Amino acid sequence: MEKATENAKNPAPLKLLGSWASSYTHRVQLALRLKGLEFEYKEEDLGSKSEELLRLNPVHKKVPVLVHGGRALPESVVILQYLDDAWPETRPLLPADAFDRALARFWCHFADDKLGPAVGAVFASTGEEQEAAVRQVHENLALLEAELRDGAFRGRRFFGGDEVGFLDVVLGCGSYWLAVFEEVTGVRLVDADAFPLFHAWLREFEALDEVRETIPAVDRLLEYARGVRHMLLGLAGGAGAGGDATEAPAATAAPPAAAPPAAATDIAVDI
Amino acid sequence: MAGEKKGLQLLDFWVSPFGQRCRIALDEKALPYEYLEQDLGNKSELLLRSNPVHKKIPVLLHDGRPVCESLIIVQYIDEAFSSSSGKPPLLPSDPYARAQARFWADYVDKKVYDCGTRLWKTKGEPQQQARKEMVEILKTLEGALGDKPYFGGDEFGFVDVAFVPFTAWFLTYERYGEISVDKECPRLAAWAKRCGERESVNKNLSPPEKVYEFIGTLKKKFGIE
Repeated sequence: MEKATENAKNPAPLKLLGSWASSYTHRVQLALRLKGLEFEYKEEDLGSKSEELLRLNPVHKKVPVLVHGGRALPESVVILQYLDDAWPETRPLLPADAFDRALARFWCHFADDKLGPAVGAVFASTGEEQEAAVRQVHENLALLEAELRDGAFRGRRFFGGDEVGFLDVVLGCGSYWLAVFEEVTGVRLVDADAFPLFHAWLREFEALDEVRETIPAVDRLLEYARGVRHMLLGLAGGAGAGGDATEAPAATAAPPAAAPPAAATDIAVDI
Repeated sequence: MAGEKKGLQLLDFWVSPFGQRCRIALDEKALPYEYLEQDLGNKSELLLRSNPVHKKIPVLLHDGRPVCESLIIVQYIDEAFSSSSGKPPLLPSDPYARAQARFWADYVDKKVYDCGTRLWKTKGEPQQQARKEMVEILKTLEGALGDKPYFGGDEFGFVDVAFVPFTAWFLTYERYGEISVDKECPRLAAWAKRCGERESVNKNLSPPEKVYEFIGTLKKKFGIE
């Protein structure tokens, strides 16, 4: 408790190392804005990581990393919970009830472990492989839709209730890629008829001021996505690319948890 | 729901390190619970109903309501029973220490099981790669432990609970991966021994030879020589 009031009275500076196209970075930026916390932002070139980043996150060497009072916090989900713990007087991201917290954590893990990689797989593939990946995405979205319709989140405006919370931040900062991918691949991912509640939630989320301040402009995202898809498909179709050719594209499009370590992983679109 | 069973039930599988995390946490808090061994080859109605998304163990049922995913279950046990159990919390109270605990528990989740599986499932070059990675993972964890008695410091805590079930798998890693944990990571080996002296750990970890035997059976089943 002492630490928290200390933060409020005499705030140590906050610095965020991130990457403009990284949805994991956006999660932290959004959370900081929702809590009204000032921070310094440093853009990292993931193709040429700074000495500072490698020093602050030696284990994973990834963004985002939040630095608070000289101490480094990596991993977006860890950072979000840290913000709640260190600034309890600000609007909480996680709900108060232990069971509700468990649910929020469960669906957050689902987003990172299942939905994210599935969307990444759609983006990294073509033809039959892509069709299978699209089915996977639809299955995952159907599960979320069911929870919104008559499950844990029924009747809610946001996953967090009347206000955005932990799960909204995690799902939302990533869901904007759905429309971008649809545009770039020509594949339908979020059908408003098939997933009306998810669709409605996403529109509400994207309309929030703090979200609009955080998510990059759609044309920048489109340009970036086109470039990455071009590169991924070029690799997959390339002659002499070796046995790893089909591994690498899927790996570069999928979030870190699903991919083998590779510098290319970080340049790619992560969900 | 009418007729929901009161109290705590754990849907689990005897050798699962993930399930063991939950058993250890429940015992650390001295919480009585009903252990329900699951047949993973023929999943029960209760399991499928309680974890429809993943259909996996462990699942903790509290007055009939399911909590899934081992680390989420451990946090739930810590949070829901913090005052009533009268036992120290598994997660520290300092925000930065909590973040570190979550980070390292997440690291164990991301790295240990998958790499360990590759150690016994593969041969040749992929196995060599897995061997190298496992040594690196264990050394990284040893670095995080440092000179402390437990990952959490003086008290047995969240990261200890998250990692300790895998110590029963060291023997299996050693035999398939030709790794000596004692030699490569003596402090980690000492930590494992220290944890093994706790009743909650001693009671709930599978004997290492049984784990090795189990993997042997799996290998035969999958036709892996």
